[in-house]
Amino acid sequence: MNKIWLVTQREYLTRVKNKTFILTTLLTPLGILVFMAAVVLVMSTGSDKAKVINVYDPTNLLENELKTRDNLTFNFSNESLEAQKELYKEKKINGILEIPALTDSLASKYVYKYHSDDQLAMDENFAIESAIGKKIRNYKLKKLNIDSNTLKNLDTDVSAEPITILADKKISSITTIVSSVLGGVVGYAMFFIILFYGMQVMRSVMEEKINRIVEVLISSLKPFELMMGKVIGVGLVGLTQIGIWLILMPLIYIIGAALFGINPDSMGAMNTGNLPMEDIAMTSQGKIGQIFLEVKAMNWWLILPLTLFYFLAGYFAYSALFAAIGSAVGEDINEANSLTLPVMMPLMFSMYIGISAVNAPDSSLAVWSSMIPLLSSIVMPVRLPFDPPWWQIAISVVSLVIFSIFLVWLAARIYRVGILMYGKKASFKELSKWIFYKG
Amino acid sequence: MNVLSLQNVVKAYSNHIAVNDVSFDVKAGSIFGLLGPNGAGKTSLIRIITTITAADSGKIYLNGHPLNHLHPNEIGYMPEERGLYKKMKVGEQLLYLAQLKGLSNKDAKIKLRNWLEKFEILSWWDKKIGDLSKGMSQKVQFIATVVHDPSLIILDEPFSGLDPINANLIKDEIYQLKEKGASILFSTHRMEQVEEICEDIVLINKGKILLYGGVDKIKNDFKEHLFSVKYNGRLPETISDHNYLIVNKTANEIVFKAGVDQTSNDLLRNLINSHVNIVSFNEIMPSLNEIFIKIVESNNE
Repeated sequence: MNKIWLVTQREYLTRVKNKTFILTTLLTPLGILVFMAAVVLVMSTGSDKAKVINVYDPTNLLENELKTRDNLTFNFSNESLEAQKELYKEKKINGILEIPALTDSLASKYVYKYHSDDQLAMDENFAIESAIGKKIRNYKLKKLNIDSNTLKNLDTDVSAEPITILADKKISSITTIVSSVLGGVVGYAMFFIILFYGMQVMRSVMEEKINRIVEVLISSLKPFELMMGKVIGVGLVGLTQIGIWLILMPLIYIIGAALFGINPDSMGAMNTGNLPMEDIAMTSQGKIGQIFLEVKAMNWWLILPLTLFYFLAGYFAYSALFAAIGSAVGEDINEANSLTLPVMMPLMFSMYIGISAVNAPDSSLAVWSSMIPLLSSIVMPVRLPFDPPWWQIAISVVSLVIFSIFLVWLAARIYRVGILMYGKKASFKELSKWIFYKG
Repeated sequence: MNVLSLQNVVKAYSNHIAVNDVSFDVKAGSIFGLLGPNGAGKTSLIRIITTITAADSGKIYLNGHPLNHLHPNEIGYMPEERGLYKKMKVGEQLLYLAQLKGLSNKDAKIKLRNWLEKFEILSWWDKKIGDLSKGMSQKVQFIATVVHDPSLIILDEPFSGLDPINANLIKDEIYQLKEKGASILFSTHRMEQVEEICEDIVLINKGKILLYGGVDKIKNDFKEHLFSVKYNGRLPETISDHNYLIVNKTANEIVFKAGVDQTSNDLLRNLINSHVNIVSFNEIMPSLNEIFIKIVESNNE
């Protein structure tokens, strides 16, 4: 045990002290933040120059009113189009918006004209279109003698209210959304983390084999101790990195928001595009509040420890397999590819099942694969927010523990022979022979 | 008292027998040569002794106790293919390897400091192995092998890749360790080194022992009773009348082969009586190299 701990320490410290590790760990959240800030900046500024646009509206369709955004100024002018074009030539204005008369009050199509050599930016176009659209709508309502309240009554907001029959708990349609997002994020994260750190274990094994230090090492400790120390050490590096990110991300986000005055809401507002501001505020604030409630209502005391368990069990099983593969290849990392395939397959398979489980957490595919070891380490965490029955969790946990121990044992059998074999990489037939080697 | 004792050790792999009924003893405080051509089973044997693999049958005793999982701490092993972590610093690396051998962090630091000072390389503590030359990293490897004061030190081709100065340095260390009571098992196929250093040897080929015993005794067993005489001036004609077979004759050296019941004194007396002006007289002993080649070749046939 003491020797496992020594190996763990070495694997952990050499990695954590490595400059590349420190840089990626610290810079990744910063990079994500910079990227997000850039996206927000690009999306929110659009065209930065203030534009003055004359509006030629002879039929007064817009009723001298057009407001879109701060850097667009609209001047209503009844001078002739020709006179206004002179202003354009003198560069006093950036363009002329010509609002033709609405000939047919019920026309479903309306075209306005924009006179300028420069085109309007996409978002400017959208803003003007929606402003005019709204005006025409009001105009039509008046023409058709419809009260805007009457119209509102026509719209019906349809949504489902899920009610449980046996279980005693409240769920809403937002529960499903929150669970889906949570499950999806967890599934993806598990896949990438297991793959990334499993590969690190494999590379570490190959390094020791290639520079031949492994023979010195296993004259001091058992191959199993070396392998376990490595797997635990790299795993701790992974937990450290994730932990730092979980702390840094919100921290940098808050600092960044304070420094650059980025309004977190602008991210949300972006998607809703040209909806009137009040509507967004109404819906998003209400929804965000509800989402927070739903997130709080989740059974975190069950989800968090179980997710951690599935991560650890999955990580141990997969990284032990990766260690075995690393021991079986020769000098060339490219040789590893054909051997990693059978390990990659259940990993990728379970990620895809996990994604489909987000949409149908109770489908028989999702249910069964969340109880089959190896697949379960990714599929079950995806299903956890959807509150699967306890007996499924129990079967899944027990089978995963047993199977993971079995795989670690199997991997150790291959590993102990593989690290002393030099020359070309081993075939699967040889690997299976190694399992039964004695001593 | 034997440090290491092997009794009828057998290790078979799926397609061949690597170690076939091997028995020998390594005396405490001696330097023992494990000889054999490439592929003879030396590495398999060493891996069994270092507990890296287990023997199929046979008994192995270290300091009188059957080989067990605590024994690696009493053995220092330097494999032929040397390896260290290239990106790790000399000090950290040695500290790690020493702790794996059961030393506490504190003890390991003190011992390593002494060793590095002895080799005048204390300033390398913070250097990365990858930045050292091959000879330099071999010194580090040697320290890693002996830092925990093992009672049995196994060196597999310890001088390969070393320049004469560093080779001598290591050789001196081997002698000093022996003086302190450690036993050295020295695996090689370079016979001139064995002749110089080892007291006892075992020669194996194809997993079997061909020869085992003290170096002097083995040489004696294989000697061909050849005597070389160097002389001044002319050799009397009568010399060929003696009952000795003249194997070789040059301007001032003559080689005789003595008969079964003839001693060196008989030969010397005859030469003196014949008024030969003798400069030197000595028996030609076979080199281990010759014995090695002779035995291995006849075994392979």
